[in-house]
Amino acid sequence: MFARPLFSATIRQAARPIARPVVCSRPKPFLTAFQQRFLSDQTRKAIEKAVSSAPVVLFMKGTPETPQCGFSRASIQILGLQGVDPNKFAAFNVLEDEELRSGIKEFSDWPTIPQLYIDKEFVGGCDILVSMHQDGSLAKMLEEKGVLAPLDGTSEAKQ
Amino acid sequence: MGEPTITETSLKAALTERLNAVHVEVTDMSGGCGQSFTSLIVSPQFAGQNSLKRHRAVNAALRDEIAAIHAWSAKCLTPEEWQRDKEKNGAAAEGPPLDGTVQGHVTGVDA
Repeated sequence: MFARPLFSATIRQAARPIARPVVCSRPKPFLTAFQQRFLSDQTRKAIEKAVSSAPVVLFMKGTPETPQCGFSRASIQILGLQGVDPNKFAAFNVLEDEELRSGIKEFSDWPTIPQLYIDKEFVGGCDILVSMHQDGSLAKMLEEKGVLAPLDGTSEAKQ
Repeated sequence: MGEPTITETSLKAALTERLNAVHVEVTDMSGGCGQSFTSLIVSPQFAGQNSLKRHRAVNAALRDEIAAIHAWSAKCLTPEEWQRDKEKNGAAAEGPPLDGTVQGHVTGVDA
């Protein structure tokens, strides 16, 4: 499993002149999610690209190896326990990119991180992932989507 | 600025009113700084809705509150599901979810 930066420097640069003025005009702590709602076309496209980058995509705080938040850690652990194929998984660290961090909340209409997408479809956050893990619906969904690591060793994984 | 303080009591009142909840438990899991909350919300309004729809309804009802705090967790049940859970697990097992926390406290960085 791996994390990759979402925005190339050029996209980030291009998005800045449009994205900054609205955000900077008010003191940050008092911004509500509603006031922050602002998603440039470039940010939206970059997020769409991220969502399509793998069958299973997790937007999280930190990396799969070093999650920076308990909810992101729990989500990564669940995907690991379920046996999601690392080749069909991508993680994006929202702490590396402020535009991604605020943009993904609006894109998904979901106020918190982590956020899980399967086949470009929003599944939910940590609470939903945990309950789906517990009631078996996550295993069923991952199986149906064909995103689990193969059990019988087709490669050198089998000893 | 006139930002109202968010507390267990204010969240409980808001959820009860805005989601017609018949039972709400809100627990501050920040250790007292009023920034992280977990909740159990029981409302007949959730009937016929899947988990994602229920959470979206809660997120919409508490849009400003969730944006202002650090972490938010919720368990959304219909009265029937709540009753069934209580019978199955006993009253002690019921309560807001604590997954992703360290003994009920949130670790990590802001939402």
